[in-house]
Amino acid sequence: MNRQFKEAVIERLLLCSSLLSVFTTAAIIFILLSESLGFFKEVSIVDFLTDTQWTPLFTQKHYGILPLLCGTLLTTLVALLVAVPLGLVSAVYLSEYATGRVRNYIKPLMEVLAAVPTVVYGYFALLFVTPLLKKFIPGLSGFNALSAGFVMGVMIIPLVSSLSEDAMHAVPMGLREGAYALGSHKIQVAFRIVFPAALSGITAATILAVSRAIGETMIVAIAAGQQPNLTFNPLVPVETITAYIVQISLGDTPHGTLEYSTIFVCGLTLFLLTFVLNVVSFKLKRRFQEIYE
Amino acid sequence: MNKAQLDKQVDKLFKFIGIASTLFGLIVLVALVFDVFTDGFKRLNWDFLVSFPSRKPEKAGILSAWVGTIWVMLTTAVLAIPLGIASGIHLEEYAKRNRLTDFIEINIANLAGVPSVIYGILGLGLFVRWLNLDRSVLAGGLTLALLILPTVILSTREALRAVPFSIREAAFALGATKWQVVSQQVLPAALGNILTGIILAMSRAIGETAPLITIGALTYIPFLPESPVSFSNQFPFLQVSSKGFLDAFTVLPIQIFNWVSRPQKGFASCAAAGIIVLLAITLFMNGLAIYLRQKHQKRW
Repeated sequence: MNRQFKEAVIERLLLCSSLLSVFTTAAIIFILLSESLGFFKEVSIVDFLTDTQWTPLFTQKHYGILPLLCGTLLTTLVALLVAVPLGLVSAVYLSEYATGRVRNYIKPLMEVLAAVPTVVYGYFALLFVTPLLKKFIPGLSGFNALSAGFVMGVMIIPLVSSLSEDAMHAVPMGLREGAYALGSHKIQVAFRIVFPAALSGITAATILAVSRAIGETMIVAIAAGQQPNLTFNPLVPVETITAYIVQISLGDTPHGTLEYSTIFVCGLTLFLLTFVLNVVSFKLKRRFQEIYE
Repeated sequence: MNKAQLDKQVDKLFKFIGIASTLFGLIVLVALVFDVFTDGFKRLNWDFLVSFPSRKPEKAGILSAWVGTIWVMLTTAVLAIPLGIASGIHLEEYAKRNRLTDFIEINIANLAGVPSVIYGILGLGLFVRWLNLDRSVLAGGLTLALLILPTVILSTREALRAVPFSIREAAFALGATKWQVVSQQVLPAALGNILTGIILAMSRAIGETAPLITIGALTYIPFLPESPVSFSNQFPFLQVSSKGFLDAFTVLPIQIFNWVSRPQKGFASCAAAGIIVLLAITLFMNGLAIYLRQKHQKRW
C-alpha cells in the first residue's frame, strides 16, 4: 500500500515537470497577446501591416512593421545564400563521398561553429568582415545587412549540413545500388538519386535554417544597424525585428506606454513567423521518416 | 575524352568542392579566433579579470561579468537540470501514448524552436513584472532555465531510449517497482549521455545575450551580488544569505556586447579580451561534451 502510494506520487511529480512545458508555451502566447491587444487598440492592424515607416521613438510616430520585416528578410536571405549551397554540398560530400573516419572527425568540428556565442559572431561581423568587405565594396556602410547576413550564414551551415546529411543517410542503399548497376557514376547517384530522394528532409532543414535566421538576434543587433529601412540594398544599415527588441530593451522606455508595448507586438510577429516555419519543417521531416524507416 | 572519363573528372572536381565547402566554415572560425586574439590578447591579464567595468578602456575589467555569469548559471542549472531530467523520464518511461502526451511533445518540439529573444520577452512579462523579481539574478536564471529546458528534456529522452529494454525487464523480473527500475537501473545507465546533453545546454546558456538584455539586465554593474556566505566574529561566525539572488547583475556576453557597441577603439580590445574568456569556456565545455559522448558510446 505504502509502496503503491509512493509510486503514484512520483508519477504525478514527473507528470507535473512535463506539464511545465505546456505552461511555458501558454505563458508565451498569453503575454504576447495580452500586451499586443493594448497596442492594437491604439494602432489599427491595417496601419501596422501597410504603413511603410517604423518610428515609434520619434515625435512623428509611425507603426508600420514593413521596414523591420524587410530588414529581417534581407539578412535572412543573405544568410541563406551562404548557408544553403555550402551546407548542401557539404552534406552530399559527407554522406556520399567521405569515409566514415573523416565523417567522425569533421562532424564534431562543424558543431563547434554552431556553439560559438552569437555575440562573438556579431563582433566578428562588425570589426572584421565589414572592414574586409569595404576594401572590395567602397560604398559599404559601417553597419549593413551583407556582413551580418554572411556571418549568420556561416553560423547556420552546420544546421543545414547535418540535418540534410541525416536525410541523405536515410535513403536506402538499394536505390544507390540500382543506379550503379545501370552504369551511373558517383556524382550522378548523388545528385539524381540520393538528392531527390532526400528532398523533403533537405527542405525541412532549409526551412529550419530560415526560422533560425529570422530569430537570430545579436549578430544583426551589432552589425546590421538600428535604422528601420524599407530597402533590399544589402550595403546600407537596416533594422531587424529582433534588433529592434534589443534596442528598446536597452533604453529607458517606461512600462505601460505604447512604445513599450511595441516590443511585444514585434515579439508576436516573430513568434508567428518562426512558429509557422517550424511546423512546416516538422511535418516535412516526419514525412521523409515515414517513407524510409 | 569520352563520357566516362569526363564523369570521372567531374567526380574528382566535386570531391574537391565538397571538401572546400565543408572546411569553409572552419576556415572562417580560424579567422575569427585569430582576429580576436590579435586584438584582445594584450588586454588579457590578471587586472582585467579582477576589475569592474570603467569609463576608461585601459582600466575596464570583467569581474562583475564573470561573477554574474556564475550566479546566473548556477540558478539555471539548479532549476533546469532536475526539471528537464524528470520530464524526460516521464515522457520516455511513464507516459502512455495518448492525446495529452502528444500535446506535451508538440509543445516541447515547438519550444525548442522558439527564438531566444522571445524567452526574454516571456521572462520580462512573467518574472520581472508579474512575480516582481525585477532585473535580478533569479529572474535571469529562471528565464535561461526555461530556455534550455527543451534541450535537456530531448537529450534525456534520447539517452534513456539508448538503454536496452532487457535491463528493465530483468529488474522487473526481480520484483522491482517502476521507480526502482528507473532510478536504480535505467537512469544510472543513461547518466553519461544525459550529462553530455546538459553540458551542451549549459554551454549554450552561457553564451546567451538577447534574452537577458530583454529582461533588462544592466550593462554597467560596478558591484557584485551579495555573497551567499559571509563570515563574522560573532556567533554563529558564518552567515548564509540568499539576498544575492535578488541583486542586479550583468553577464559576460552582455559586457562584451556593451563594449562592442562603443565607438572608442580601446573598448574593442576589451571586447576581444572578454571574447577570449567566453570562447575558452564554451569551447572547453563543447570539447568535454564531445569527449564524454565518444567515451559513453557503449554497445549493449
